[in-house]
Amino acid sequence: MSKFLEISQLVKTFPTPKGPLTVVRDFNLGVKKGEFIALIGHSGCGKSTVLSMAAGLTDVTEGGVILAGKEVTGAGPDRGVVFQAPCLLPWYTAFENVMLGVDQVYYTASAVERRQIAEYYLTIVGLGESMHKRPSELSQGMRQRCGIARAFALSPKMLLLDEPFGMLDSLTKFELQDVLLDLWQRDQKTALIVTHDVDEALYLADRVVMMTDGPEATVGDILEVNFPRPRTRKQLMEDPEYYRLREHLITFLNERSHLRPGKEASPALAHH
Amino acid sequence: MKTFKIDWLVLPLIGVACVLVAWSVSSATWAKELPSPLKTWEASKPYIVEPFAKRGEMDQGILRFTWYSLTLVAQGYAISLLIGTPIGFFLGLSKTFTKIFDPIIQILRPVSPLAWLPLGLVLFMSAGKEAGTYGALFTIAICSMWPTVLNTAVGVRAVPQDYLNVGKVLKLSRWKTLTKILVPATLPYMFTGFRLSLGIAWLVIVAAEMLTGRPGVGGFLWQEYNSLIYEHIILSIITIGVIGFILDRLMSLVEARFKAIS
Repeated sequence: MSKFLEISQLVKTFPTPKGPLTVVRDFNLGVKKGEFIALIGHSGCGKSTVLSMAAGLTDVTEGGVILAGKEVTGAGPDRGVVFQAPCLLPWYTAFENVMLGVDQVYYTASAVERRQIAEYYLTIVGLGESMHKRPSELSQGMRQRCGIARAFALSPKMLLLDEPFGMLDSLTKFELQDVLLDLWQRDQKTALIVTHDVDEALYLADRVVMMTDGPEATVGDILEVNFPRPRTRKQLMEDPEYYRLREHLITFLNERSHLRPGKEASPALAHH
Repeated sequence: MKTFKIDWLVLPLIGVACVLVAWSVSSATWAKELPSPLKTWEASKPYIVEPFAKRGEMDQGILRFTWYSLTLVAQGYAISLLIGTPIGFFLGLSKTFTKIFDPIIQILRPVSPLAWLPLGLVLFMSAGKEAGTYGALFTIAICSMWPTVLNTAVGVRAVPQDYLNVGKVLKLSRWKTLTKILVPATLPYMFTGFRLSLGIAWLVIVAAEMLTGRPGVGGFLWQEYNSLIYEHIILSIITIGVIGFILDRLMSLVEARFKAIS
């Protein structure tokens, strides 16, 4: 199957007072249409930088990102981005925040149709009752629900999620993971989520991409997650395969993440 | 409830009493020309009891004078906001614009209204009878503009990158980014600027009226000084202070409203 999203030889260098710092180097990843990819790694390893480059919010130093046959040169509503902080505009209600995007994307639709699109997604994420409230009147979890609704309402080719549930308590997080999976399945989207939560990655993704530590971070290993969908948390917990995969991820993060592939170091160096 | 009343009523009254005592003592001892509080009240009474009376061009009720001054301030202030806010946005948005104009702004900003007014009169000399009005408006506008300019610029620079990213992801047009993101995010800063600008505009009016001899609180003050009626100087000072205080409070209320939203 051809690649829907193709990230090739990606390099990101930031200027610092001490000279240029290469955060990401030779990052390659192909994502099939409809696939759900989780990008996992230690905090500060550059995984959010990769996502930001795919979103077009950060410039690419070298290499390229190709989405549906077109090179990504800037941000655009064909990629729905969900940020870690929901980034709702505080002077608008949840509904108006979603409408801001809907008006941009569906400018040929009638006003009624646009309203319906916004209302539809807000209702699915569970904000049907409180869509006309301002962000300050919503809980953190409800704000993130709105952030998800805003991203899906754009009908994007691809979803990019940057640690979207990192700031939520675990119960809310579980709920929102289900909301996300539900929407993803309905709309058959391609999704890339950045996370440092092993269980979240296994629950959501078809493949988990493990990143090595920065600087010069790159893909360390890729893990296929073949649980049938729709998944339930209970079913996963009862599957011995789940613990094998979890073990694999944790071992990578604990022991191998600081090694760049290709220069497999001796055990002595690995435990340095 | 009781402490509340002490805080906002009794304690401030003690302050007023202290000033009244110092004033009475001064007028009785070393400043013989200074009218006592009682004499001031007696001489001012006709102007306060009939605040809207018009007995002559320079002999009118105090609120009537205030009204003249306020209308002039309102016009000059409006000009300063209309010019100052866009300049502030350009400064906040463009580094090049800042590099070009920031130095000159910093140089013009501390210039006193007393220095601007003669220039204003010269600029509008051809307007004949209206030269004084235009010169005064020019002075009010140029002196009161700076807090609006600088606060707006700071506000625009402080717009969180997150909000701008939302605009980028949605590919909002420049106009939509301005009206839907930049302006709402900057409003609290703009209103801080507007409030400070209004304070300055009110300060300038007095100087402008004194030099141009226009009817108004400042003009009245200067005329009564020349006529040796010192009680009315004090009346004017108190009026100017009270009006300035009220204006500032009103703007604070508006400002607080906008701060609450964002």
